[in-house]
Parts: sequence; structure tokens; C-alpha cells
Amino acid sequence: MASEPENTEGTPIPSSEAAAPSPLVAALQREHPEWISDVIAAFGEITIVVPREQIVAACSFLKTWPESRFDFLADICGADRGVEEDPRFEVNYHLFSTTKHHRLRLKVVLSEEDTHVSSVTGVWRTANWHERETFDLFGVIFDGHPDLRRILLPEDWQGHALRKDFPLRGYEPYSLT
Amino acid sequence: MSSAPNIPPQFEIVDRPLDTQMTISMGPQHPSTHGVLRLELVLDGEMVIKTTPDIGYLHTGMEKLFEYKKYQQGIVITDRMDYLNPLGNNLAYCMAAEKLLGLEIPERAQTIRVLMCELQRIASHLVWLGTHALDIGAMTVFFYCFREREKILNLIEAASGGRLTPSYFRIGGLMMDLPAGFERRCKQFLEAFPAAVDEFHTLLSGNRIFQKRTQGIGRISAEDAIDWGLSGPCLRGSGVNLDIRRANPYCSYENYDFEVPTEPDGDVWARYMVRMREMKESHKISAQALSRLKPGPVKADAPKVVLPDREAMKSHMDALIHHFLIVAEGFDVPAGEVYQPIEASKGELGVYIRSDGGSKPSRVHFRGPSFVNLSALPVMAEGEMVADVVAIIGSLDIVLGEIDR
Amino acid sequence: MGLENVIAEALPEVLTTQLDSLINWARKSSLWPATFGLACCAIEMMNATSSRNDLARFGAEVFRASPRQADVMIVSGRVSRKMAPVLRRIYDQMPEPKWVISMGACATSGGVFDNYAIVQGVDKIVPVDVYIPGCPPRPEMLVHAVMMLQDKVSKESARDRRDVPEEEAREAVPPGTLPVTDGSTARLNTLPESRPYTIASRHERRRSS
Repeated sequence: MASEPENTEGTPIPSSEAAAPSPLVAALQREHPEWISDVIAAFGEITIVVPREQIVAACSFLKTWPESRFDFLADICGADRGVEEDPRFEVNYHLFSTTKHHRLRLKVVLSEEDTHVSSVTGVWRTANWHERETFDLFGVIFDGHPDLRRILLPEDWQGHALRKDFPLRGYEPYSLT
Repeated sequence: MSSAPNIPPQFEIVDRPLDTQMTISMGPQHPSTHGVLRLELVLDGEMVIKTTPDIGYLHTGMEKLFEYKKYQQGIVITDRMDYLNPLGNNLAYCMAAEKLLGLEIPERAQTIRVLMCELQRIASHLVWLGTHALDIGAMTVFFYCFREREKILNLIEAASGGRLTPSYFRIGGLMMDLPAGFERRCKQFLEAFPAAVDEFHTLLSGNRIFQKRTQGIGRISAEDAIDWGLSGPCLRGSGVNLDIRRANPYCSYENYDFEVPTEPDGDVWARYMVRMREMKESHKISAQALSRLKPGPVKADAPKVVLPDREAMKSHMDALIHHFLIVAEGFDVPAGEVYQPIEASKGELGVYIRSDGGSKPSRVHFRGPSFVNLSALPVMAEGEMVADVVAIIGSLDIVLGEIDR
Repeated sequence: MGLENVIAEALPEVLTTQLDSLINWARKSSLWPATFGLACCAIEMMNATSSRNDLARFGAEVFRASPRQADVMIVSGRVSRKMAPVLRRIYDQMPEPKWVISMGACATSGGVFDNYAIVQGVDKIVPVDVYIPGCPPRPEMLVHAVMMLQDKVSKESARDRRDVPEEEAREAVPPGTLPVTDGSTARLNTLPESRPYTIASRHERRRSS
């Protein structure tokens, strides 16, 4: 992979300390430094923390930029850091390039009070179902999504199942007897 | 019509299209939806105007279960996800955990992993072929495919103890080494297999009915396929040469000699041909892996993560202590997150693990290829007839366990 | 079948052993399952019908897709909460006599998945006749379960299996209550949610086993 950093230990490198974790991130930093609020390079992967408002601009740029060509959105994955954490939620976008075969992760962090983020379905149409799943399981609301409703849990389910404060067994058992 | 038929006067010929559309629900209990999938079809007569998949009928909450189980306990759950390719799920999860831990897997373990994964890929494609042909109407192929599959299941059962839910891989290597006689039986199977694939071709590929039901149906272009996130044989059937085993190699796949079959058309027939050719390629890789097996350890050298052998545990005190600690408390995994993609039989299976430093993960997410492939069904099925929808679902090779998790 | 209703109503005191053994022999030798494969156990069920373990030798000749033509429902796989009403509805659509085999650990008791999404045992929804443990059970175990069911069928009495009267059955399953998800048909605002979903089938209340 072209963008693999030399350091493969488990410690994250903040962008202020490392000179350039990878040529791709360095080039992106030159072009649009306002999109990069943090860079984590660990375990052979690069994560860029993007401010929430810039995610659509960053994604559409990365899709067509000749340096990166991230035309394939592999996955959108939400995560709940914990009830006590602030910011609590994060949304990870896993990008892949079918021509250059390199990968990148973009991360958006959201606090509990304001779980809105713009939808990237205009950039990759596959984001549709991934964002529905993240909304269903975490309650992250994607503004601009054409059809944001539950996908895995039943339509009338209350609560968001993968949040850390939702109990594993749910609230009541299902029984007709 | 030039000559009007002889219709009695009390009837009249109505020659305007119906201006009402019909919405019907196909599933969730349906023989051809390959699981509990519900499709809402908006039909104009026989033609599909719009289709909306409704999933979630098999949602098992597996991703939440992972957060309550130690890493090695999670391997058992991964079997039940894509239940036609359980060794692939095991592999992806174990590799993601090994990436976090920074473990070095010995060569024999990697070779056996490749061998078992390719055998599993053949088994998964055999189920696909059997059920796809059954839906289209060819029932004989179902029995032929399952006959071949029984041989593979016997091999997997000999190695791991489970036919359908083997959980053979562990974080750090394998559960245990291959049993005696495995290589001989595997070689026997591999020698007889190409003749079986040719037999399937004689049953289906030259059949005019099968060709008419699959050629030109469910087309998707390469740009659409990439935009909708298709992967695996669905993407390669549209002409895009992308295989994770070549793009981001893992388990020393770069040392094996195999081709990546692609077909340019993007219809059901193209996906069928890609998978048939893939079975032969998997057979090639398995034969190479089998010939490369050399004696050696099958578990990584990490006593705090990998369970010791039973004999060592019973005779050495430190092995006993490690065994106890690993089973009772688990091992601490460094904090961080990884995304490990592999080429499962259905496409790019990606595992995202986020660890907070404890013995249980904080978030595990499986990017199931069938989940994404199914989201492209409305694009493929628009304008096709209802019977073609059945063929298209079959060609997507979906497994609801992976979609709903 | 009309015969049981006639016997049960017209001749309640008459012992019907010879007739019973004939009817039961006919029933147990042609138990046609309804396709209700949900998850991994469904693949083992498919293995049980394929050439190595041939379930058709025991009478399960065809798997009928329509529940109206089926005798036994083999619930193979985990039942999620979204699927549970569908399961009950399919069970209600099967005419008497009907039996249920709960195949696998997930159908029997929730299996590995003790969480919010899975019903902990399909016997919370439908009455089960034979339970099969295993995850997944081997195809031979399914064959053994079918044979156990055949033993059970041979001990039954024909009068115990009357059909549910028509009005009750029609009332129990309100039509049009499958969720419509994209608004393409009119949403019913009056979904009867407070009513119990269905009534207990008559043979759930019988005392023999």
C-alpha cells in the first residue's frame, strides 16, 4: 500500500509531532489543512479526524483527487465511546481506491447533544444503507439522507440498540404465552 | 392486429394500460429469497417498477454480543454470521485481532488457513449454484452440488469438529493441527473436483432455457457497481478486476498463482460464469497450498494470548497458569482500531474492531458483502419481470445472516 | 379433516383405535414440511434433504412453500423479534393436523444469543412437538427427530385434531398488518395493537402428548 507509514507500533502519532505520516496525508495537509483536525497512524492504517461540517466536502474531494481516487466507500461504522465520554459518538468512513488499492479512514466525532452529520449519499450511493444502519443502531441523524428510517430493528422499536446504555437483553422478553 | 378475432358483441377489447400499480410483498417466508428477506415489489402487471428490500428479519444483535465477550469467545459468534462461509468470518475476525496485538503467524498456520478458506469458498459457491439453479428450475443441480459439498464438509469436520460452524481459527493461529490422513483425503477430493465442475457446466451452461433466463437480466454497469459498493463476484461480473487477495494481500496470498476471473457484461450470466471459474481457481489454490504444507507450529509464539498445547499445560506450571488466565480473564488488547478486509466468497468482508485496552472489544463491526450487494438490487431489478427478480437475487448470492447480523 | 369433526361431535363416546391407527399411519408416513428455514440450521435441513441423508425416504417428500399445504413446520434457525409475528402467522395458516419441530439450539431456547433481538425459544410463540438440540444439529439428528415425531403421531387420537372454526381463524389474523415501509400503500392508522395477535389453536389446549 502506498500510504502505509513506517511506524507500525500501537501508539498514535498526533500530527503535531510527526513530520509526515504518509505522503497522502502530507499532500492533503497542503491542499486543505482545515479538513484535518487530527491524524492517527497506527497498526498500519491511517485515520484522519475530520470536523463534522467538512465531511461532505472532504469526501467528494477525496473521491476525485488524482492523488487518492477513493471511489469505493467500503463501510460507514458508528461507535459509542461510552456513556461518560465526551464526544460520545464517532462515525468512521472507510475509503478504498479500486485503482490505487490504498485505504483511509475518516472519523467524525459527535457529542451526545448534537448527533447530526451531513449525509454522503451524494458522493457514494452505497452510503444509503450504511447510514441507515448507523442511525438505527446509534441514533446518529444524517441530514440530507433520502430515506432515513430503521433498517435492522423493527419499525416500532424504541431506543437505539448498540448504545452502551441499552441493556444487552433489552427491556422485556418476547412471548405470546 | 390486422384481422380482428371473432369476439361476441357483449365483450369489448380493452387496449389501454392499467393505470393502477400493485404492491406485493415477496417474503419473508419464501422459497426463493434465500433466507428471510422481504421485498416490496411495485408491479405494473408482470414488470417491476420499483423494489424495496426490507431486511432485519434475522437481526441477531451479534455486534452487541461481541462487546460482552472476550476476544476468543467472539470467534464462535462469527461462525453464525455468513453461515455458508464460516471459516472466512473466523479468519477476518482473527486477523483483525492479530493486527491489534501485532502477532506473527507461523507459516504452516497461514498455509492451512489458505487451504481451509479456499475449500470453504468452493463449498459456499456450491450452495449458491445449487440454490440458484433450484430457483430457476433446475432441481438436479441442487443434489449434485450438495453431494460435492458433503465431501468438503467431511474434510472441515475432520479438522475442526464442526461441519457448518467450525470455529477452526484462533487468534494467533489455528485451534489445532490437521489430523492424520487429512492430506490424503483432501488430495482425493481435489483430484475429483474439476470433473464435478465440468459436470455442472454440462447440466447448466449449454441449456438454452438457463441461458435465456440469465443472459441480459439484471445488468449493472461497472461505474454503478463501484458506486453502490459491490464487491466480489458481483463486481467482477461487471468487468472490474478487483480482488482483495490481490489488492491488499493477506495470509501470504501473494505467493500463490491464481487468476482473477472477470466478465464484462454485468448480468446474471456474467456473475454465474465468474463464480464457476472461481471454483476452479480456488481448486488451484487449494492444490498449491496442500503441496506446500511443511511441518511446523500452528500457533503463534505468544504465551499470553495463545492457548498452550494440552500436553504442555498438563506438565508445565507456567503453561497451566497461562491457560487459566487466558480462559478465565482473557488477554488485554492494546487500545486502537483496525479495519481488516478479506476476500470472502461473497465479496469484501471487513471487520472493524475498536479496543479500549481491555479484554473485551469496545466495538466490533462486520462489513458484510451481502448487505451492500443487496442494496444494489433495486437498481438491477428495475424494469425486469418478477421471475427475473428471483434470478437476480440468486445471482447476488446473499446470506441473510450476514446482512442482518 | 372433516372426519375428525364428525367423530368428535357425533360419536364422542366411541373408541376409535383401528381408525386411529389407520389415520395415524397415513399421516406419519407423509409428513410434508413447510419451508421455514431461517438461518444456519436451514442449511443443515437442506443437507438432510439432499442425497446423503435423504429425508424423503421417511415421507417428507416435498417441502411445500405454501403453509396451507404443509403438515409440519420445521423451525430451523434463530427467530428474531421482527420475524416472530410472521412465524405465528405462518403457523396459523397451516391447517390441522399440524406439528412443529424446533430445530437447533436457537429455536429451542435462544441458543448462543441471549439478547434483545432473539426470541428465547420458539415455544414462546408456537407449541412445539419435538425439540432438536445442536448448533447446528447434524442432518442425522433431524432425521431422528422426524422419526420421533412419527412415533408421537402414531400415539395420537384422530379426534384431538379438529380444525379451528372458520370465524375464529379469520378473526385472529387481521389482514394487512405486515408493516409497509415506504409509504407506497396507505398506512393504516388503526393497527390493532392492544389486541393479542392471535388466539391459541385448539390443539394447544388438549391434554394428551
